[in-house]
Amino acid sequence: MTNPTTVATTGAKSEEETAQLAPKENAALPPRQHLLDLDDLSVAEITDLLDSAEGMLEIAGRDNRKTPALRGKTIITMFFENSTRTRVSFEQAGKILGADVINVTASASSVSKGESLLNTVKTLQAMQIDALVVRHPHSGAPYFISNHTDASVVNAGDGTHAHPTQSLLDLFTVRSHVGELAGKKIAIVGDVLYSRVARSNIIAFQKMGAEVTVSCPNTLIPDEWQLGSTLGEETGFGGLKLARNVDEAVDSADVVMALRIQQERQEAGHLPSLREYSERWGINSQRMALANDDALLMHPGPMNEGVEISSEVAHGAQSVVEEQVRNGVAVRMAVLYTLCAPGKSSRLADSDEAQS
Amino acid sequence: MTNEIGRVLLTQDDIRRAMTRISHEILEQNRASTDLVLVGLQTRGVHLARRLAEIIERIEGFAPVVGTLDPRLWRDDPDVASAQPLLPSDIPTSVDGKPVVLVDDVLYTGRTIRAAMEALLDFGRASRIQLAVLVDRGHRELPIRPDFIGKNIPTARGERVQVRMTEIDGDDAVVLGRES
Repeated sequence: MTNPTTVATTGAKSEEETAQLAPKENAALPPRQHLLDLDDLSVAEITDLLDSAEGMLEIAGRDNRKTPALRGKTIITMFFENSTRTRVSFEQAGKILGADVINVTASASSVSKGESLLNTVKTLQAMQIDALVVRHPHSGAPYFISNHTDASVVNAGDGTHAHPTQSLLDLFTVRSHVGELAGKKIAIVGDVLYSRVARSNIIAFQKMGAEVTVSCPNTLIPDEWQLGSTLGEETGFGGLKLARNVDEAVDSADVVMALRIQQERQEAGHLPSLREYSERWGINSQRMALANDDALLMHPGPMNEGVEISSEVAHGAQSVVEEQVRNGVAVRMAVLYTLCAPGKSSRLADSDEAQS
Repeated sequence: MTNEIGRVLLTQDDIRRAMTRISHEILEQNRASTDLVLVGLQTRGVHLARRLAEIIERIEGFAPVVGTLDPRLWRDDPDVASAQPLLPSDIPTSVDGKPVVLVDDVLYTGRTIRAAMEALLDFGRASRIQLAVLVDRGHRELPIRPDFIGKNIPTARGERVQVRMTEIDGDDAVVLGRES
C-alpha cells in the first residue's frame, strides 16, 4: 500500500496558491471523495466547508432539525479507539442530514474475533455504504481503507497523524469570533510530537494565514527541531515558531489552545510528572492574562482539568470549549454533505442554474 | 459564467416597475395583511424580497418581515445540490398562521420552489404560501405556478437567463445568454 505520510504532504502548495489567485466562484474544484487530511485541501475548499458549516449551524440549532439531504444514504462510523464527542458528533451530523448512521466499535465487532481491517472494510463495502467515518490508532489506516472501498472515507483521527474535522471545527470556531484568520496569533500548547490535533491544526491555521507558535517539553517535539527557533519551509511547517517556554508562546496570542496530555507519554518517559507538566505548561489564569484581552481559550477535549488546563480557565469567560463541541456537529454536517450529496459527481459552479 | 454578454430583456427601469407592480399585487392579494412575511431564496431572491419590503413600506406604511431560505438540503436534483456552500436560512418571526410569499429571481423547472416549500414547512404552518418571481422562463417539471410574475420570458432550454442585481453584480438587468 502507499505510504500514507508521503501521499499528501507535497504538491499542496501550488494548488493552494492557484486557488487563492483565482476568483472564488471560478475555482472549478474537482469533486472530493474522501477527507483524509487537511494538507491536500485548498484554501478555497476549506473556506467552502466553513461557509457551508454556517448554514448547517443554523439547521442544527432548530427545534425541528431533520433534513432530507442525505436520505437513503448509509454512513458507518467505525471507531477502533474510544471516543465520545467525535463519534456522537458524526452520528448526529449524519442523522440531521437524514442519512442512516450505523455505529461500529472495534470491541463489539468481528474485529475482536480477529478479522483483518481489510476484510472488515470489504464486508461493509458489500452492504452498499456511502460513507465510512474511521478512527484508528494506526496512522494511515483511513488511507488504506480509502483504497479498498467506493465509499467516501472520512478520517476521524488516525494515530499520531491527522484529525481533519477537529481542525475544521477549530478554524470555524476561531473564525466565528475573530472573522479573518490571516495574521492571527495562535498558541498551541501540548504534545506536538504525538498529537494528531496539533499536527492538523498547525497545518490548518498556517494554511489560512495565521501565525502559529507551539510550546511543549523538549521531549515532545521531533528530534531535529529546536525550541526557540522558527521552522524553515523544508520541514513542511515553514514559519512555525517553537517557543522557549509557554509564556513566550501565549504572549499577545489571539487564541490559546491547550492539548490533552496523555498519561502514556509520562509512562514512556517523555515527562517527569504530570504535576511538573501542569506547573510549566499548564494553562491557567496567570498565563491567559499574558494573551490578548479577548483571546479565546480552546481545548479539543477530553480535558484533564488541573493538568494541561486549570478548571478556572476551562470554564471561564474566555473558554470556547463547549462552542467547539457544538460547532463540531455543523462542521461534520458540511463535510458529510459535501462528500455524500447526490450531486458531487457533477459539481456545477453555476449559481444561476442552481436557482432555477 | 463565461458566456458573452447576451440580449438585455429587462433594464433597470423595467425591473423597478415590475417590482412596484408586484408589491401592489401582493398587498391586494393579501389585503395588506401586516402579518405578511417575505422569504427570499438565496441569494438573489433575498435581495428581491428586501426590495419588495421597502416598496411595500412606502406604499402601505408597514414593512413586512423579510426572511432568507436556502432550500439546498431539500432539493431532489443531483446536478445542483452541492455546487456552492450552503447559505444561512433565517426567518426572524414565526410563520404560523401567516401568509408567506416566497421570492426568487428566475422560475424554471420549479424544483427549487418545491424544495423551498418543504424547507419552509419546518419553520411552521403558514396560512398560505405564495410565489413571486422576477422572471418566469417556462419549462416547468413540477405542477408549480407563480402568483406574482415580473415578466414571462419564453426561452429555449439551451439559453440562460441571468439576473443581475446591484447588490451583487453592480447593476440591475435581466440578460438572455447561451449556456456556456
